Amino acid sequence: MTYEELATYANYALYSAMGVLTLAMLAFAGYLAGLMPARSELKEARRDAEADATPDRSLVGAGTATAEAADTVESTRPAAPAPRRAVGRGPVDVDRDEGVSAGARKLGGIAITLTWLSTGLLTLSVLLRGLSVQRAPLGNLFEFAVTACLAALIAFAVWSTRRDLRWLGLFVVAPVLLVLGVALVSWYTEAAELMPSLQSYWLVIHVTVAVLASAVFFIGAMTGILYLWQDSVERSGATSVLNRFPPARTLERLTYGLHVVAFPLWTFTLIAGAIWARQAWASYWNWDPKEVWTFIIWVVYAAYLHARVTSGWSKQRATWIALAGFVCIIINYTVVNLFFVGQHSYSGL
Amino acid sequence: MPRITDDGTDPVTAGTAGRSTDPVTQPTLDARGWLRFLWRQLTSMRTALFLLLMLAVAAVPGSVFPQRNIDATRTADWIADHPTAGPILDRLGFFDVYSSPWFASIYLLLFISLVGCVLPRTRVHWDAMRQPPPRTPARLERLATHSVLEVEAGAGEDTLDRLERALRRRRYRVHRHQPGTLSAEGGYLKETGNLVFHLALIGIIVGVAAGHLWGWKGDAIVPVGQTFAKTRFDTFAPGPWVGDDDVPPFTLRVDDFTAEFEDEVTTEGQFGMPRDFTAYVTATENGVARETIIKVNAPLELDGASVFLLGNGYAPVITVRDAAGEVLYTGPTTFLPQDNNYQSVGAVKVAAADPGLGFVGWFLPTAVITEDGGPQSIFPDALQPALALTVYEGELFPDGRPQSVFRLDTDEMTQLTNEEGTDAFRLWLEPGDTVELPGDRGSITFESVERFAGISVRHDPGRWLTLASALLALGGLILTLVVPRRRVFARVRADSVEGRTVVTMAAMAKADDTGLESLLEDLREDLDPDPDRSRKT
Repeated sequence: MTYEELATYANYALYSAMGVLTLAMLAFAGYLAGLMPARSELKEARRDAEADATPDRSLVGAGTATAEAADTVESTRPAAPAPRRAVGRGPVDVDRDEGVSAGARKLGGIAITLTWLSTGLLTLSVLLRGLSVQRAPLGNLFEFAVTACLAALIAFAVWSTRRDLRWLGLFVVAPVLLVLGVALVSWYTEAAELMPSLQSYWLVIHVTVAVLASAVFFIGAMTGILYLWQDSVERSGATSVLNRFPPARTLERLTYGLHVVAFPLWTFTLIAGAIWARQAWASYWNWDPKEVWTFIIWVVYAAYLHARVTSGWSKQRATWIALAGFVCIIINYTVVNLFFVGQHSYSGL
Repeated sequence: MPRITDDGTDPVTAGTAGRSTDPVTQPTLDARGWLRFLWRQLTSMRTALFLLLMLAVAAVPGSVFPQRNIDATRTADWIADHPTAGPILDRLGFFDVYSSPWFASIYLLLFISLVGCVLPRTRVHWDAMRQPPPRTPARLERLATHSVLEVEAGAGEDTLDRLERALRRRRYRVHRHQPGTLSAEGGYLKETGNLVFHLALIGIIVGVAAGHLWGWKGDAIVPVGQTFAKTRFDTFAPGPWVGDDDVPPFTLRVDDFTAEFEDEVTTEGQFGMPRDFTAYVTATENGVARETIIKVNAPLELDGASVFLLGNGYAPVITVRDAAGEVLYTGPTTFLPQDNNYQSVGAVKVAAADPGLGFVGWFLPTAVITEDGGPQSIFPDALQPALALTVYEGELFPDGRPQSVFRLDTDEMTQLTNEEGTDAFRLWLEPGDTVELPGDRGSITFESVERFAGISVRHDPGRWLTLASALLALGGLILTLVVPRRRVFARVRADSVEGRTVVTMAAMAKADDTGLESLLEDLREDLDPDPDRSRKT
C-alpha cells in the first residue's frame, strides 16, 4: 500500500467513525428523551406537590423524580446528628434505570456500544494517518483535532466502564462530532512531512500530553455545565430530565476530579513545551502567542483550584472559572492558531 | 475613615445610637495596624485569586498586539498603520506587555502574596508534623463517617493495638492520648506537596531572573564559507552582569548549508513548506576544531554556550566594477526572506564608487514575471534564481545614521532612470549575467547563489534552576492533588447492658473526601478476627 492509499483509507475510517458517532449521538439523545419525566409523572408530581403542602415539603424537594435522584447523595455528607450509616464501598449507586422504559434503556446500551465502535474506527483512522506520514499524526491543526477527539472518546469510553455515564454521552459525543466535522471541512490538510522545527521526539511528548489534557478538560467542562444546570434545577425544584442525572453535589465532585487529572497534565505540557522551545527556538520562553495562551489557561485553571477552596467563594462561581478556562482552550486552538502571528504556526492552513 | 467616638463610649453602642450622623464606627488603626491589615489583605486567598485572574487577563494583550521584543519591525509597522491608537497603546506599554510596569506589578504582588501565605503555612506545617495528632473527640458517633464495632468484653485495648498496626501500615501517625482512645493522622504529604509547589514557583522566578542577569545572546547571519566569532555578532544582547570574558572564545565556520522543501504534496499550505535545514559547520574552541552539523531542534553545545540554527536565506554573490573594469565590490550579499517562498529583500552598497552607488531590490529563488508585470518567487528553493534591482546614486550613509543592511537610505540619493528618462532603470539578472550600468558607471555581475545560516549563540545559566523548580512544582502539585489528608479516631466503650465492648471508629478529612467510607471498611476488615475475611495479618 502506498502512503497516499494509507491516507485515503485513514479518511474512510474517519468518515465511518463519524457515521457511527452520529448514530451514537442519536441513541444517546433517545436515551435522554426516555429519561424525560412522562406526562403522567409530571401530573403526579404536581398533585404530590399540592397535596404535600406541608412544612416537610422543602426536605423532599419537588416531585418524585428529585426525591429519587436525591438518594444518590453520598453518605459522607456532614449531617449532624447523622444517623448511623452502613459503611459501603464507594458512592452508593442507585439503580438509575428505575422507572425508565425498556426502550430507552436499550438505546442507552446501544449508544455506549456505538461509541466504542466509533472510538475503534477513529483509532484506526489515526493509526493509518500516522503510517501514511511515517510519524506521529500530530503535525497540523487537522491531525491535532482528530487526535484530541480520539482522546476524548477514549477517556469517555474507558470511564464509562467504571460508572454509568449514559447521561453524559450526548454531551461528549455531540461536541466531538462537531469538532471532527469542522476539522474535516475547514482544517483538512493533506498527509505530508513535518517542517524542521517540528521534527523532534518532543512533538510526541508535548503534543500527546496536551491532547490528553485538553480531552479531560473538555469532559470536565461538560460535567461543569451539567453541574451548574443541575444546581439551578435542584434549587428551583423544576421537573426536568436532569432529575434523573446524578445530583449537583456529585456532578461538582466529578468536575473537580476531572480537573485534578487534567491540571497536572497541562502543567507538564507547559514544561515539556518550554524544554522543546529551548531546543528548537533557542529560548525556553519566548512569549509566543501560543505560549502566552497556554500560560493563561494554566493560570485560569489554577484560579479554579484556588477558588474552590477559598472561603466566601461558592462552588458555582468556582465552576464558572473552570468553564472560562475551557473557553481559553477553545480560543487557543482556533483564534490563536489561525489568526495570531507567532512561531506556533503549524496549522498547515 | 475609621474614627473613635468623641465621648469615649463603646463604639458599637454609640454607633447604634447615633446612626443618623455616624453610620459606621470602626476601631482606629495606627500605622502598624494598617500595615498588618494591608498584609493580611494581600496574603489572603481572595486577593491571590483576584491577582491570578488579573494575571491571566493582563497576559492577553501581549498575544494580540505585536511585541517589540519579538518582532520590532512588525510593531513599528502596526504603530505606523494606527496613527491614533498606536502611540497611546505604546505609551501604555501594550507593545512591551511582559516588561510593562502594570504586568510586573501584578506578578510581583502575586509573588509577595504567595510568600506571605506560604511561609507562615510552612511553619504551621512544620509544627504539625512534630506534634501528635489531636485528642480523640468525645462523641465519635457525631462525625458523619463512623463505624461501630462490637468486640468481646475486655478486648478493647487489643482492638486498638491492631487498629494502630493497621494504621501505621498505611503510614498514619498514631497517638493514644488516653487509654481507650486512639488518634491518627495521615497524608501530611498533601500539605508538603502544596508548599513545595508554591516554593518551587519562586525557584522558577529566581531561575528566570538569573538568566536575565547572567545570560547573553548573540545573533549573526553567516553566508556559507564565512567564519564568525564572538566579535562578529550582528546583534549582541548581554545581561547586565555579563562581562566580556564570560563569552567564551570560539569560531564557527559555515562550510555548507542544505535546505529541502516540500515539492510532492502540492496543496496550498503544504507545497513549498520547509522539510529540512542542515548547516555543516567547523567549530573551533580551545584550539580544537571539529566538524559537525547544526539543525533546527539539534543545537550545537559548546563549552559555555549553545549554537542554534534559527533562520536561513540566500546570499547572491554580486560583483560591481567601475568603468575601467576594476572591482569595487564583491562577495555574497545577504537578502532577507519576506515570505514562505523566500522572496527576499536586500541592498548592495558600493561605498568605493564615487559618488556612492546603491542597488536595492529583490532576490527571487524561483522567479517568474506575473501577468501584471511584477516579479515574484513561486518556490523557496533556488530553481530559477533572479535578482530584480533598481539603482541609486549619491550619499549612501547620510550623517552616518544607523541603517539596515537590507535597505537603502535614499534620502540623499537619486534613482537612475532609463535612457529616455521615463522610468526607473531596472536590472534583471540571472546567475552569470553582467549588465552595464547607464552613463558609463561600470557594470554589475550576478556570479552565483549562496545560502546563509541565521545563527544564534546563547547562554542561560538560570535554565537548570528553572527546569528543576518546574519539575519540583509538578511533583508537589501531583502530591497535593492526589494525597488525601485524613484523621482517624477510635474510642472504646464498655457496653454495660450486654456486657460487651464497643469500639467506635470515625474518619474525617479537611476537604471533600469520597474515600473515607472505604477507608473505614478496609480498617474494619483488618480488625476482623475472622481469618476468612481478613485480608492481612
